[in-house]
Amino acid sequence: MGEVSIAETSQRPGRLWEFWYYFRENRGAVFGFYIFVAFAFCAAFGPWLALYDPTEQFRNNTLQPPVWSEGGSWAFPLGTDPLGRDMLSRLVAGARYSFFVGVVVVTIAASGGILIGLLSGFAPKWLDSIIMRIMDIILAFPSLLLALVLVAILGPSLTNAMVAIAIVLQPHYVRLTRASVLAERQKDYVTSARVVGAGLPRLMFITVLPNCLAPIIVQGALSFSTAILDAAALGFLGMGAQPPTPEWGTMLAEAREFILRAWWVVTFPGLAILVTVLAINLMGDGLRDALDPKLKRS
Amino acid sequence: MLKYLAARLLTFVPTFIGVTLISFAFIRVLPGDPIIVMAGERGLSEERYAELSEQFGFDRPMYVQFWEYLTGVLHGDLGNSFVTKRPVWDEFFALFPATLELSVCAMIFAILLGLPAGVIAAVNRGKFFDRTLMSTALVGYSMPIFWWALLLIIVFSGNLGWTPVSGRIDLLYYFPDASGFMLYDALASGQSGAFKSAVRHLILPTIVLGTIPLAVIARQTRSAMLEVLGEDYIRTARAKGMSPGRINGIHALRNALIPVVTVIGLSVGTLLAGAILTETIFSWPGIGKWMVDSIFRRDYPVVQGGLLLIAVMVMVVNLTVDVLYGIINPKIRKR
Repeated sequence: MGEVSIAETSQRPGRLWEFWYYFRENRGAVFGFYIFVAFAFCAAFGPWLALYDPTEQFRNNTLQPPVWSEGGSWAFPLGTDPLGRDMLSRLVAGARYSFFVGVVVVTIAASGGILIGLLSGFAPKWLDSIIMRIMDIILAFPSLLLALVLVAILGPSLTNAMVAIAIVLQPHYVRLTRASVLAERQKDYVTSARVVGAGLPRLMFITVLPNCLAPIIVQGALSFSTAILDAAALGFLGMGAQPPTPEWGTMLAEAREFILRAWWVVTFPGLAILVTVLAINLMGDGLRDALDPKLKRS
Repeated sequence: MLKYLAARLLTFVPTFIGVTLISFAFIRVLPGDPIIVMAGERGLSEERYAELSEQFGFDRPMYVQFWEYLTGVLHGDLGNSFVTKRPVWDEFFALFPATLELSVCAMIFAILLGLPAGVIAAVNRGKFFDRTLMSTALVGYSMPIFWWALLLIIVFSGNLGWTPVSGRIDLLYYFPDASGFMLYDALASGQSGAFKSAVRHLILPTIVLGTIPLAVIARQTRSAMLEVLGEDYIRTARAKGMSPGRINGIHALRNALIPVVTVIGLSVGTLLAGAILTETIFSWPGIGKWMVDSIFRRDYPVVQGGLLLIAVMVMVVNLTVDVLYGIINPKIRKR
């Protein structure tokens, strides 16, 4: 028992530490990572962090400016919206929706995309061609437009927006996985595994897949941010989360008519989206540098 | 080369049929009976319903409907809008110049700023300029453009009063839209101030739509330049004593442009997706706003036809980029 755990601890931190060593080189990525941790923290513990319930309306304090402006107060640090709801509480609550969108979309798109990509990489040529043509078809539509029409079919809601975005992002994973599989399949270790008698499923999932993961992980980070952006855009167009849900894009849509009267109701939700997406993209750049063996300075 | 071209064209056909099938399928899957939607609040009798159903062909088997739709598409017949009763094809091409004008301006904006930014960053690799430019590019790349649009409106239209908030030109001016391109028509009309008004209406939408392509072009130019600057012939040029300006501007940039041109070509899809948001915010009467309005009005033939035309446009542009790339870079053809 003791020996096993020592063997494990001596191997796992080694890899993780190596990853961290390269990741740390990129200061922007580390900065992005910290912001992401804060974002995840808000998503997990939002209800305990927020001052008020995100839908609670303080009718005497509608459109109150943030604390540093004239007329602001510490009761509502970032001001209130037209219905008198606390902006800060709504933003914190919104983190949970965006985080959820990112996780769900990436999970659906990546697992489906990896599976189809593996299949396509190992399939006979005719099946491969059919799969790739279908992906071409999906990629021919601008992603936001396709997501918009899909949501119109399924009915506007956050769940349907997530499904639509996952479908739209899927082809990228398929192409990426297939390209890596095709490159890996030629290599000697795969041939030797086959000669030793590994079946197709074993070859696909145990021999080849782990060696294709690096670019897929980077794509995962990038599509996490795309998912958040697209979900917010759908929310903004009224096709995502529906009011009074404190989703950031939906909050922006609600605030639109007040842009010239109350800058804070427009500025903060967008700033939250930008900072989150930027942090994830910074992390994605760092991940790419750390995981791409070609770029490693050995 | 011919073989490569033929192979690329051959994959175009099944993709085209697939795209048609998808946009055809949407109208049949959308919730709500299209005929009842058309009838509006008055409702309609059962005989009338059967009559209309027959007229639109909804009572026939799916494959017959699809075949008729496909032949219609190939003859340029995409059906009529439920709302305006005009052919979808005509509506699309009446609105298309507005989107094209905006997209071209956005692309020019992105290239004019993005190319020099990328080159400057690459030449000053690791220095202050490089880091500032690339951080800015990453912010641009991460920008929710619908929020960016609202911010610009707050600052430039609200606080400073420099630019108008919506539309393509002031209502003061009136002239027939001969070409559909407002800048040209305003200039051709000869009315004083018309051109200036058109330009003022274009500025904010151009910046908003051009922001993400700008960031992508800057990043791509930088990495392509860095790759080229490491090549042997650049070292040779340096050894010959050629001036840095000439090396960077002529030898390096020309070769770095190949991947950049591809990125520019492939961002047509991004532009059209961005146009949906930009046009909606600035009430720009183009394809993007038309599609969003039609989706909300449940104007199925328009959604179906617009989706198809946009997808075909993206496909044609991608194909052209591919073929051009094959011409510029012979290595690609061999694969």
